[in-house]
Amino acid sequence: MDMKIMPAGDEALVVQFGDSIDEKINRQVHALAGWVELQRFRGVRELLPTYRSLLVFYDPRVILYDRLKKDLSRFSEEDSAAALAHTRTLLVPCCYEDPYGPDLLAMEPLTGLSRSEIVKIHSSVDYKIYMLGFLPGFVYLGGLDPRIAAPRLKTPRTKIPARSVGIGGSQTGVYPMDSPGGWRLIGSTPLEFYDPKREEPILCKAGEYIRFVPISVPEYNLIREETEKGVYEPTYMEAPQR
Amino acid sequence: MNIEVIRSGPLTTVQDRGRFGYLRSGLGPSGPMDRDAFEEAARAVGNENGEAGLEMTLFGATLKFGGPCTFVVTGADMGAKLDGTPVQRGVPVTAFAGQTLACGFAADGCRGYFAVRGGIDVPVVMNSRSTNLKCRLGGLDGRSLKDGDVLRVPDQAASGEQVSAGSTVASETGKQPVYGHSVTVRVIRGPQDDYFTAAGMATFLSSSYKVSVQSDRMGIRLEGPMIESRGGTDIVSDGIAFGSVQVPAGGQPIILMADRQTTGGYAKIATVVTADLPLLAQRKPGDEVHFTEVTVEEIQKEIRRKAAKPVSIFGILRGLFWE
Repeated sequence: MDMKIMPAGDEALVVQFGDSIDEKINRQVHALAGWVELQRFRGVRELLPTYRSLLVFYDPRVILYDRLKKDLSRFSEEDSAAALAHTRTLLVPCCYEDPYGPDLLAMEPLTGLSRSEIVKIHSSVDYKIYMLGFLPGFVYLGGLDPRIAAPRLKTPRTKIPARSVGIGGSQTGVYPMDSPGGWRLIGSTPLEFYDPKREEPILCKAGEYIRFVPISVPEYNLIREETEKGVYEPTYMEAPQR
Repeated sequence: MNIEVIRSGPLTTVQDRGRFGYLRSGLGPSGPMDRDAFEEAARAVGNENGEAGLEMTLFGATLKFGGPCTFVVTGADMGAKLDGTPVQRGVPVTAFAGQTLACGFAADGCRGYFAVRGGIDVPVVMNSRSTNLKCRLGGLDGRSLKDGDVLRVPDQAASGEQVSAGSTVASETGKQPVYGHSVTVRVIRGPQDDYFTAAGMATFLSSSYKVSVQSDRMGIRLEGPMIESRGGTDIVSDGIAFGSVQVPAGGQPIILMADRQTTGGYAKIATVVTADLPLLAQRKPGDEVHFTEVTVEEIQKEIRRKAAKPVSIFGILRGLFWE
């Protein structure tokens, strides 16, 4: 395991496993995060896992860089296996029908696939949440089928509505709130990936998996209503063994 | 009691120590840009539990007190006056119902802080009262203050023990900070210093950079000699700390501050040390910034030395996050 530890200022350090977007590297990041949480190192304040590294915030009055670096160096592959016990998949209902998914038609010539083929491919994968960033609840997903990858729009939209599902390059994801952005919009989910009023404001965590499930407009409206009332219960499916 | 915002100033936000625990969910911490001035204000009025205050930018607010209260201003020199009588920074003052505190242009520094005993009462959102402008949450409806807003503050007894306005009685130190127009801040190399050439690093550490007008609570953008990279500065996104110095393709550094994004895709040449971040927070557009290198070992030795003296409650509480 290639693990490099470097200071990120005097109150944080970064543990880097590589510099590419890679499932194995990302698995090590989340395994380390889980392991650090179990170890409860004194002075560690907060963890920020990303694609290929873990940023560890700590209090230098409680633990010094050199000491924490040594402690973290004890992490091994076996810990990696133990820390990744679960895998379940959150089912994310997604309406790919009009008026949602305004860019879906334009993706037909780009991909050489029909609208329904694009939807079928997009909704038949368990996407790994590599990290959250950019906006609260914004998931960076791994696993998009290269057949439906499509370049970002030349001119980004100034306002993408909250809950839009899009494709940008080789990535797919959900806009948790109204935001400018350049991804191609292929659908919309009635679920809130971010709701500050909810007891757990962020719907999902890095390291988990999600899968999009196509729904009709009436189904969308129904789930939307339940979500707004706070009575919708997200459903999970047991993930295939990897 | 209420405090009426007569004039809000261009960018006045409610801030507490920050929103911790949500970095991994994509939500930055916000909180004060200048933690030292914020904590000084909190201590001065006896707010020991992370109560919220106001951060005012470049031009201060005018506030009318609806009842008696003890307040203080710290940070930038905004020429604060209570009903026309000058108010010294760092010295708590008792105001009576109907009195007006007027803050003006920041003659020295960039960000002023206002704290009132008991703190400003806005709803706690995800463990914090801090305003996050980008995500439109916390503070007063997730936005900066505007004229006519009303702030809620816990009622206070009009006891006579406090110092009154215009008094020359100084706080423990009586120090009035001087920020000036040029500052040298210490940085720790990395984590992506290997993306830059030796010449690029030398440029970064020896040049004078000017604070751009585009600077905000997210980042202090600098203009100056271009920092040379080996072959571009795009990286696979990773985490950002308070004070990370990222260098986009144009070679002009950006120091990421309180409202920073949690992750970013540009190489970070260095990170500003925590103790020097308040100096940066007080930079106005046009001010000069220089960088000088220290090692993490050196700076942590200094932190330990200072910690042997009385420790700020801020630090203790944050250190206990996991204990």
